[in-house]
Amino acid sequence: MTSVSFAAVSIAYDAGVVVRELDLDVAEGEWVGLIGPNGAGKTTVLRAVAGLVRYTGRIQIGLDSVTDFAARDLARRIAFVPQSPQMPAGMSVAQYVLLGRSPHLSYFAREGVRDRRVVADTLERLWLGTLATRSLDRLSGGERQRAAIARALAQESPILLVDEPTSALDIGRQQEVLELIDSLRTERGLTVIAAMHDLTLAGQYAGRLALLVEGQVKAVGPPAEVLTEGSIGRHYGAQVRILRLPGAGHVVAPVRTSPALTSKRAAE
Amino acid sequence: MSAEAPSILAAVELRGLPRLTWGWTAVGLAFLAVALGIGVLVGPVRTSPGDVLLALLSALHVRGAPGLADPGQASILWSLRLPRVVLGAIVGGMLATAGAAYQGVFRNPLADPYLLGAAAGAELGATLAIAFLAAASPAFVNVVPVAAFVGATLAVGAAYVLGRTVTGSRNPTTLILAGVAIASFLNAVQIYVQQAQTNSFRQVYTWILGRLVTAGWDGVLLIAPYVALSLAVILAHRRLLDTLGVGDEEAASLGVSARRVRLVVVAAATLGTAAAVAIAGTIAFVGIVIPHTIRLLVGRSYRVVIPLSMLGGAAFLVLADAAARSVASPAEVPIGVITALVGAPFFVAVMRSTRAAAM
Repeated sequence: MTSVSFAAVSIAYDAGVVVRELDLDVAEGEWVGLIGPNGAGKTTVLRAVAGLVRYTGRIQIGLDSVTDFAARDLARRIAFVPQSPQMPAGMSVAQYVLLGRSPHLSYFAREGVRDRRVVADTLERLWLGTLATRSLDRLSGGERQRAAIARALAQESPILLVDEPTSALDIGRQQEVLELIDSLRTERGLTVIAAMHDLTLAGQYAGRLALLVEGQVKAVGPPAEVLTEGSIGRHYGAQVRILRLPGAGHVVAPVRTSPALTSKRAAE
Repeated sequence: MSAEAPSILAAVELRGLPRLTWGWTAVGLAFLAVALGIGVLVGPVRTSPGDVLLALLSALHVRGAPGLADPGQASILWSLRLPRVVLGAIVGGMLATAGAAYQGVFRNPLADPYLLGAAAGAELGATLAIAFLAAASPAFVNVVPVAAFVGATLAVGAAYVLGRTVTGSRNPTTLILAGVAIASFLNAVQIYVQQAQTNSFRQVYTWILGRLVTAGWDGVLLIAPYVALSLAVILAHRRLLDTLGVGDEEAASLGVSARRVRLVVVAAATLGTAAAVAIAGTIAFVGIVIPHTIRLLVGRSYRVVIPLSMLGGAAFLVLADAAARSVASPAEVPIGVITALVGAPFFVAVMRSTRAAAM
């Protein structure tokens, strides 16, 4: 059972309440995208699932509460790719991915043959084989993101949490990384919860979207239902058009209807 | 079974993992052996390698070994020169390893074994002992190391408690700040006591600059158990020190408690440092220069840095002590002066020659 369910989850930092009474069910093998304006609490929700922040209410993996697991046991079920992972200068890609085996090792244990095999297979799968000896500080943005995902995959956890996986990437690398996550999801039956900034990509890759505004879920459902011009206008304060492309998902396009633009056009 | 064969091969071919190669281990051991040799041979009384061997054999009561022509020489070697060289190796290896460990748990390249107040605490303890207990105590020699050891461990303990309780933060930086606060406070107290007791000034000053003078093997035997325990614990944390490189939060998401690792490693490093400082004084620079030299030459993984710092630090301090004994012979230069005087330019040279590779 690798479903994830939230029941009345509230999270507060020193500065105030960030997430209020969150209810959400993520089924096994599903990709749920968390969307919402800056500061809506998307990252905080992911951190709570990963056991990195205290919360009230209940977050369950299958039938077990997240808080019932020891840190290592939780890390064998949940892998977390933060938005900007710390990549120690001078560390090789292979060693970095090997860190993903930490949850499988007791305190004083060293990595064994199986750990190295998992890392080798993961590097191969993510086209990082030729970069194994490369130092992390010499990777491009897309390669860094793939290395971070590789480390998470090496954990062999059935649940993958991803925070803004495409924020630092060009449009080609964005698609590459999201296609990769989606193919891994289908291959390995991963449950994916991803905080996503780009609404178009979120709608194209996630099976369902949860719109988070000021720590509260305003809408949950298939992209077509959640991504509406009215809702995005209201919650993001944005002017958008939703373009529905047959067989290629939706595009959330920002539009400008300001006086400046219309008057310029009139002048022409 | 046959289906698994290809991926076993793949695992064998996995490159890019840091490991301590035989080559670098051999280089480290050879460096240490050469340093020990020089350390034993250099001194006011000239000795040859043959003399050293004979002195060793007779001291170990090897049957049939020919006696040394000059029994006085054998005695100098066995009860003065050898224990001093061994002590230098133990202290140097300890300080360099503790420095590397501190740099790892605090992810701070400027960290050294004295970061959390170990030196300031030891200096205050030694100053108090020299100023007030020396006259009262019949066995003066034993009071100063004990006071220094207690001072060092109490200072670091206080810094840890302060860093944890006052701020309540998980940030290791607050621990460093607490260490800085404790160290400044203890330094102030130490200077105050020293000013009030001017007749002990010279003795305190000599102690602070560090020295490896001991009466025979007592000093070595006194600190060996603490250092051995400390080194064993730090060595066992090589993998986890690498894991801490991704930061506390990501380490937690990998199931590793950075705080626990920090607590255990700091406790172990402090125990060893306090023992070393108690006997040898606060020798500067070894804890920073040796680990960084290893990083620049060999690599940054703690699987490499920790064991090679142990060998390199041991060899470096033995050589520094040989220099301290001989440059102004028959007078001795404080060893802390040598470590900085030789270490700083050497370190700059290493940095310059490997700049392209490291940056």
